[in-house]
Amino acid sequence: MATVRFDKATRIYPGADSPSVDKLDIDIADGEFLVLVGPSGCGKSTSLRMLAGLEEVNEGKIWIGDRDVTNLSPKDRDVAMVFQNYALYPHMTVADNMGFALKIAGVDKSEIRRRVEEAAKILDLEPYLERKPKALSGGQRQRVAMGRAIVRSPQVFLMDEPLSNLDAKLRVQTRTQIASLQRRLGVTTVYVTHDQVEAMTMGDRIALLKDGILQQVASPREMYDKPANVFVAGFIGSPAMNLLSVPVTQDGAKFGTHRLDIGRDELANAGSKVVVGVRPEDVEVRTDNDGLEIEVDVIEELGADAYVYGSPVSKDIHLEGSDEEGERPFIARVDGRNVPRKGEHIFVFPKPQHIHAFNQETGARLI
Amino acid sequence: MAPLSDIKSPERAGASTDDAEARAQTTPVSKSALAVGIVMILVFVGVVGIIAASFFSAVPEISWPSFLVDSSTTLEKLGLMTFVVLLFVGVMALLLFMVDSRKRVPNWTVAIAFVGPALAALLLGLIWPGVSTIIQSFYGRSPWSDPERSEFVGFDNFATLFTTSEFQVVLRNTMIWVILVPLVAVGLGLLYAVLIDRTRGEAVSKGLIFLPMAISLVGASIIWRFIYEYRAPARPQIGLANQILIWLGLDPYQFLLNSPWNTVFLIVVMVWIQTGFAMTIISAAIKAIPDDIIEAARLDGVSGLRMFRYVTIPSIRPALLVVWVTITMTTLKVFDIVRTMTGGNFQTSVVANEFYTQSFRQFDFGLGAALAVLLFVIVIPVVVYQVRQLRLSEDIR
Repeated sequence: MATVRFDKATRIYPGADSPSVDKLDIDIADGEFLVLVGPSGCGKSTSLRMLAGLEEVNEGKIWIGDRDVTNLSPKDRDVAMVFQNYALYPHMTVADNMGFALKIAGVDKSEIRRRVEEAAKILDLEPYLERKPKALSGGQRQRVAMGRAIVRSPQVFLMDEPLSNLDAKLRVQTRTQIASLQRRLGVTTVYVTHDQVEAMTMGDRIALLKDGILQQVASPREMYDKPANVFVAGFIGSPAMNLLSVPVTQDGAKFGTHRLDIGRDELANAGSKVVVGVRPEDVEVRTDNDGLEIEVDVIEELGADAYVYGSPVSKDIHLEGSDEEGERPFIARVDGRNVPRKGEHIFVFPKPQHIHAFNQETGARLI
Repeated sequence: MAPLSDIKSPERAGASTDDAEARAQTTPVSKSALAVGIVMILVFVGVVGIIAASFFSAVPEISWPSFLVDSSTTLEKLGLMTFVVLLFVGVMALLLFMVDSRKRVPNWTVAIAFVGPALAALLLGLIWPGVSTIIQSFYGRSPWSDPERSEFVGFDNFATLFTTSEFQVVLRNTMIWVILVPLVAVGLGLLYAVLIDRTRGEAVSKGLIFLPMAISLVGASIIWRFIYEYRAPARPQIGLANQILIWLGLDPYQFLLNSPWNTVFLIVVMVWIQTGFAMTIISAAIKAIPDDIIEAARLDGVSGLRMFRYVTIPSIRPALLVVWVTITMTTLKVFDIVRTMTGGNFQTSVVANEFYTQSFRQFDFGLGAALAVLLFVIVIPVVVYQVRQLRLSEDIR
């Protein structure tokens, strides 16, 4: 068990203009489950591979415990990795796959057998120990890959999208299993995914990357409640947060006809416009001409709740993230028993205690 | 097997089967089946022609029209052509009639129509000569089909092969070939493939090694005969190998004359050619190993030689096997090199060359056939082994 520290770790691929991972700074506590998340190409896998030693670190340092592992080869780092495609050795049985690292390390045969059986028990793999990976299902292969990591009892587990090859149902099951297994073993874990739901449900903390730059590291709750910038706000949460650029007035921001109380000090350096964010569940829906006028396009009935997808009636107002390919809809969650009709005009504004506001230029959080 | 009409026209299940014309027009399946059929019929007609020709000539007492037996004049040739074309049309008509007839064709007829020609070709081109050769190997010098002169000798030919010192040398040489060529060619190919993998100029290095594959065995043999060329020490050398010996301060050497090393020098030619083949297949197999398996192995703590032993070799095992067996079979059948470079003299002969020499130079057909049978018997276990191993490795992937 150990802590992990990225200290301004940077990776620049040969021939690339900008770094793939730019001065990454993360402190991971002993036994913590940290999820690296971000859109594809954000550098999350590269970061993980830098920690594994599969990718060179061009600048900065990486520490595991109090060891500087920046220039150590993968085998000397005492980390185990679960690959997206599992990377099982096809010519070895499940037991040999799991025990291979120990065999290479020169561990005694009976000891290997004991540890493999122990891990197989945890993962329900006992009946399959003598099979070849080809004779296993996707879920079983995934568990063998986990087992291969567990058997080594390494200081750090690294997982690179280990669930992405499973079907939806199995993915949800395995998600819970991995999280609880990690709690039980208490091994520091770095987990890479592009799926924000996985990140929210599994991680003690989440690190969100974009274009190789760390956007925010925080607990899932904090990430959701206080996103550090517009990107985080838009990435975390499903359906996504509504983000609108609105004009700043003397005593706040104008959200349609509604005045948002954002606070003078926060708005002082914001310029003439701010980006206001409101999560679908924090939208107040009115019919009395107060707020932003929205025309309802689609209703998604979920039973208890319903999601209203609409577009601003005023053509001057666009949701952030809209482009030539299409306007992003304004999404509001409403009571399932009191749903507006399609085509109806409604008025929306954020509930006062759940307003997010971001600087128009920098995207940084104001409140 | 489903009834033929069901296979041909599933989309017309509801249509009237009385309408035979419409069936022919509206069923693309039956058209492609016809195309296949026609090709097969062509083969069939060829086979029938050969059988017919041998039949006509074999049964001379019946008075066949002379143009069928021996067509020497233009008119007779035209007659034969007309006959064959008519035969073809007749068979075609019969088959088309069967395909198009309203009644269900029995399954066995369909099966024979499709499999029959291929079976006939196999029977005529492979099985019959094989059986004939095996029978011949138990007879004396003359062709066994000539009852006047040939005599049944039992296993005498084989006994000669295994007891005469002349033939023992042939067997010994073949064994040396079969062991050394695959071993060295695969070894060098593997080494080379690993060394040049992901280096700069990989394509060029590969091309250089692969190039000899493009040269015919006879061409390669001639090149190497020049390389091994011997001139008396006093005279200037024209062979590269001996010139190198001179540069090293040694005496020139009779590479192709001195047994048993001359066999090894012939083997060098085969290795020179086969290494490129081995390297190409092995290199492709190495590239097919998934990156993440290599990375997983690195995290598991293997590198260098242990990576080679525990990950690379097991991953490319099927490719190694294919290469090994292919080269072994090529080597067993080696003829051109020996024939071109030494003619099998100076104790360099191998089974295939000896088979040729005995059959077509000594005209001892019995002994030649015995050598061919021996070659066949040696190849069988190699083929069986390959099939079994490939099946095993399919279980892994």
